[in-house]
Amino acid sequence: MSALIKSLALSALLLLGSGVASAYTLEEFEFDSPEQHDEFRDLIAKLRCLVCQNESLAGSQAELAQDLRNEVYRMMRAGQSEDEILDFLIERYGDFVLYDPPLKPSTYLLWFGPFVLIGIGAFVVVRTLLSKKQTQDDPLSEAERERLQALLDAKHAPRSPDS
Amino acid sequence: MSKSLRFLVPLIIFGALVILLMIGLGKDPTKVPSPLIGKPVPEFSLPALTDPERRVEDEDLQGEISLVNVWASWCVSCRQEHQALMALSKNSDFQIVGINWKDDAQDAREVLRMTGNPYAMNGHDPDNKVGLHWGVYGAPETFVVDRQGIIRYKHIGPITREVWEKTLEPLVAKLKAEG
Repeated sequence: MSALIKSLALSALLLLGSGVASAYTLEEFEFDSPEQHDEFRDLIAKLRCLVCQNESLAGSQAELAQDLRNEVYRMMRAGQSEDEILDFLIERYGDFVLYDPPLKPSTYLLWFGPFVLIGIGAFVVVRTLLSKKQTQDDPLSEAERERLQALLDAKHAPRSPDS
Repeated sequence: MSKSLRFLVPLIIFGALVILLMIGLGKDPTKVPSPLIGKPVPEFSLPALTDPERRVEDEDLQGEISLVNVWASWCVSCRQEHQALMALSKNSDFQIVGINWKDDAQDAREVLRMTGNPYAMNGHDPDNKVGLHWGVYGAPETFVVDRQGIIRYKHIGPITREVWEKTLEPLVAKLKAEG
């Protein structure tokens, strides 16, 4: 029971912590309109913090993330489009700065690999099931039938003491 | 495939998976390949760390092979590689150019005074203004730049003897031969 309370308290703390953190990063920036605010928030959520790789720029407290947030903010205020800002960062940090890998020949395997695997799996399953059905339909030969009957009779007969 | 060997199929798939995952384990995900390899160095101009009157610029990387080393006084791994850089600074095949990154100028100068200065010149970049254009995301990072000012290689992490002997030294020799 105490373990449950502990884990509940811990998750409450973590939730509280994350709330404070994300509020902190966005409040620093001033926007002309709520739309601009949302645009900025969505954009930094698409970008990866390269220091703490499983965090986006929106969620990271690393200093480098702050630098990049400032840069994205500055470029946005200078009137640059989302694509221009993304291209700027990709040119310097590579595709890895994007949370979603772009669709291009080197990432085809990443994007389509799972579907190919599902396809292969489905093919194997279907083929196995079909071939099983066919063998089940084979009628027993006369000899097999007799053997089966003998086995069934033996099962119903009283057990001998040494078996 | 003959029926008797069919039981080997899952084993082969499993073996392939093991090899794939082993390769994955051997890779360091914190080392992100730089898209700047093969491109000219970004234009930049920074005040020199030791002499604010002077500037360190992309022009300084023309005509000589350069190791551009991103470092900071607060960076522990940079201290580790400092001795290696000191030893390399005796080599006249290339110049070592420092980018003092997100650092306090006084702290940085103090480090150079106490432990020696392997750098031909040092640009001071306290706000990551230039580092951003080089795609720097941590210190230390070292770029190998050829005589034409083209970035040829990026090493992430400290330069150790092994890194030097296996990777950087052959590369510098190759660049030297290119003329």
